[in-house]
Amino acid sequence: MALKTDAVGKEWPGSTYQVGREKIKEYANALGIDNPVHHDVEAARAAGFRDVVAPPMFAVVYSSPAVAPAILDPEVELNFAAMVHGGQAFEWDEPACSGDEITTSTKCLSIEEKDGKGFYVFETNSVNQDGGQVARGTWTLIVRGV
Amino acid sequence: MKMTLNAGDQIPELRVTPDKYLPHRYAGASGDFNPIHIDDEFAKAVGLPRNILHGLYSMGLVAKANAALADGDPRALKRLSVQMRGMGVPEQEIVVTGTVKSAEGGRVVVDTVATQGETALIKNAEAELEL
Repeated sequence: MALKTDAVGKEWPGSTYQVGREKIKEYANALGIDNPVHHDVEAARAAGFRDVVAPPMFAVVYSSPAVAPAILDPEVELNFAAMVHGGQAFEWDEPACSGDEITTSTKCLSIEEKDGKGFYVFETNSVNQDGGQVARGTWTLIVRGV
Repeated sequence: MKMTLNAGDQIPELRVTPDKYLPHRYAGASGDFNPIHIDDEFAKAVGLPRNILHGLYSMGLVAKANAALADGDPRALKRLSVQMRGMGVPEQEIVVTGTVKSAEGGRVVVDTVATQGETALIKNAEAELEL
């Protein structure tokens, strides 16, 4: 059965995430990242940040909520139960700091079949409240048995 | 102090043993509460050996190992691209290793892998840093 590819090129509107100090700390603690710029506002300011700054991979925290509606969109027809997260890329520009409001939009880049598996690739683009580019993500989701 | 790196150099190894409750803490931190990560019984019922680590947690360790090259400065990592392959489990050591692929004009590209025992969790990871 051919994979449905109608959703290629489809875009989903931005979802906004407000970055907070405690959430950054919680993420840093889970990863065992002890650099004080992620935990202490004075240390962050001394290092040139406007507030406590997020580790780069905190990008998953503010951008994942924008990916969920794309994955669950009936037009995409992605079998969530057979899905694995096969690949991920991020490119970072401005650091994300506590107090930032980051808006992430999602686009379906491609849907392809390879070796009986469906490869669904989505792109997220995250900008802050000043319109500054924060991160761009590429999410590769693999569905077995398509 | 930032390191001087040349092509072929190994980056300092990162070794982490996630404890039994790490997937729960990462679920809370990330918002990903998929039961395969936090419910051992559910994971076994769907054919997994036990509850498994979040792939993005392992990717986070790869990011951490690379950021260490810039003393953990979160501005240094400009790009990270990974493939998530094997399943990681709690209570077993993860080893992140990397080799500098190129280092020119303050731009350093590092090939990184994260393994757990015989299993490669993260493959073909390429990190680009500005040092």
